[in-house]
Amino acid sequence: MIQVEKLTKSYGSYQALNEITFSVEKGEILGFLGPNGAGKTTTMRILTCFFPATSGKARIAGYDVFEEPHEVKKRIGYLPENVPLYRDMKVVDYLSFVAGIKGVRRQDLKMRVGNVLDECGLSDMSNKMINELSKGYRQRVGLAQALVNEPEVLILDEPTVGLDPKQIIEIRKLIKNLAGKRTIILSTHILPEVSMTCNRVVIINKGKVVAVDTPQNLTANIHGASRLIVKVDGPAQDVISGLQKIQGINRVNKKESSNGISEFILDTEKGIDIRRDIAAGIVRSGWGLLELRPVEMSLEDIFIKLVTKE
Amino acid sequence: MRNFYLIAKKELYSYFSSPVAYVVITIFLVITGYYFYNLLASFSTLSFQASTNPAIAQQQNLLNITETVVRPLFGNISMIMLLMMPLLTMRLFSEEKKSGTIELLLTYPVTDMEVIIGKFIACFVVFLLMLLLTATFPALLILFGEPEIGPTITGYIGLILTGAAFISLGIFTSSLTENQIIAATLSFGVLILFFMMGTSVSLMGPTIGNIMMHISLIGHLEGFAKGIIDTTDIIYYFLFIVLFNFLTLRVLESKKWRG
Repeated sequence: MIQVEKLTKSYGSYQALNEITFSVEKGEILGFLGPNGAGKTTTMRILTCFFPATSGKARIAGYDVFEEPHEVKKRIGYLPENVPLYRDMKVVDYLSFVAGIKGVRRQDLKMRVGNVLDECGLSDMSNKMINELSKGYRQRVGLAQALVNEPEVLILDEPTVGLDPKQIIEIRKLIKNLAGKRTIILSTHILPEVSMTCNRVVIINKGKVVAVDTPQNLTANIHGASRLIVKVDGPAQDVISGLQKIQGINRVNKKESSNGISEFILDTEKGIDIRRDIAAGIVRSGWGLLELRPVEMSLEDIFIKLVTKE
Repeated sequence: MRNFYLIAKKELYSYFSSPVAYVVITIFLVITGYYFYNLLASFSTLSFQASTNPAIAQQQNLLNITETVVRPLFGNISMIMLLMMPLLTMRLFSEEKKSGTIELLLTYPVTDMEVIIGKFIACFVVFLLMLLLTATFPALLILFGEPEIGPTITGYIGLILTGAAFISLGIFTSSLTENQIIAATLSFGVLILFFMMGTSVSLMGPTIGNIMMHISLIGHLEGFAKGIIDTTDIIYYFLFIVLFNFLTLRVLESKKWRG
């Protein structure tokens, strides 16, 4: 549905995007992840034909964004980061204007606007001025204007930024409900959002793609070693030397100890499960094994790892 | 076609949902009305004096209501337009740039040209309404006196063309900046320069003076107020409007190559 190939954008001498390449399948939700200033908004502005790239290619629904912007524009819904709306208009008038301009036929216009008001939970607000709405509702109006022409592709730039937790959950639910019918690109720097809503993640940093994968694969594959936490009732020094003798353990780190109970973090070799050996070893030495569990690396850790690698 | 209409409708909605249009139209009518009153009052004083003083009565053109009221009125209206029109045009692009709505507007399936023409038409409609309300002045004259209808109508045609020219310039300056005050100041400046050019003609040599006379806005309006429709004048306004709309289009397109 969306193909991006070697997209590059420079502002004078500053390179905002450096040959980024990725693609999105029909019906997929792609998370676009990166720290502030990584090039997320720039990419989205290129995809929405707001400005062209310095070089590279991008196609949406088979249309090139540089050669046939009009065809692309008809097929996308875009929600910019700061949700710019005409604040001096009523919600329903604004949505009717957008629907008209996006080419919704006159006879369908009323119905489409009605549907999108329902879909975004705005029915009670339809006669209010956009001015008077709270941030959460303005966000919904922003989403509604993106959806009003039933576009094949949705491009959402940080759709949950600045909302309260309840609103965030509602907006996420809304986005999830749209999945399947539409292809969605969603940028964010909030990581749980990605694991909750997206099928696939593109992590970019300083204008370069550093990883593309599913959130699950990213958490599973990224670390070279797996980690275990062990809590043992026994003399700390002896336990350390005892653990170091077990094959497959690369490193033993003592985290804390109190009342003779110590907690250790073990870095083990990837691909082998040595939890049985550890348990057996500890029991054989006559200490008490209180806890033994693997540590999942969170998306946060992975993100920091990828972004700070250089 | 539909897009012009939708954008124009949306802009008109904005003009009238905020106090902008009402304030500008009201002030415009107050000042033009005041000028009209002054012109008419001095005309009637003059008429009274002429009834007792034959020396004044012999000055034919002073007692011609078209010459002493209608023609100066058009000159005054055009000056007040110069002060008011930039206030109507200044927000058209500046506000969209400042609030960021231009980003959404330009990612909708509309062309830059449709956006410009839509905005132009909306502002032109407000201006026409404003000008139409001043038609009560000549209407009063027709009711109580005998002004010449021809020059009154051509005078209005001249004002309409002048207004359209002001709008195209105002939209251009508005597209240059996200600050409405800068947009308005630029259009005041350029408009006043176009007016003043006509006054310095006598100081220049014949060639340059002639060129400046042709570029100046005043010279072209005068003909209309006298009742003359000259194709040169019409072409002048037409080119003025096309030039500045074209420049606005270039400014909008410049985002494509500017870093």
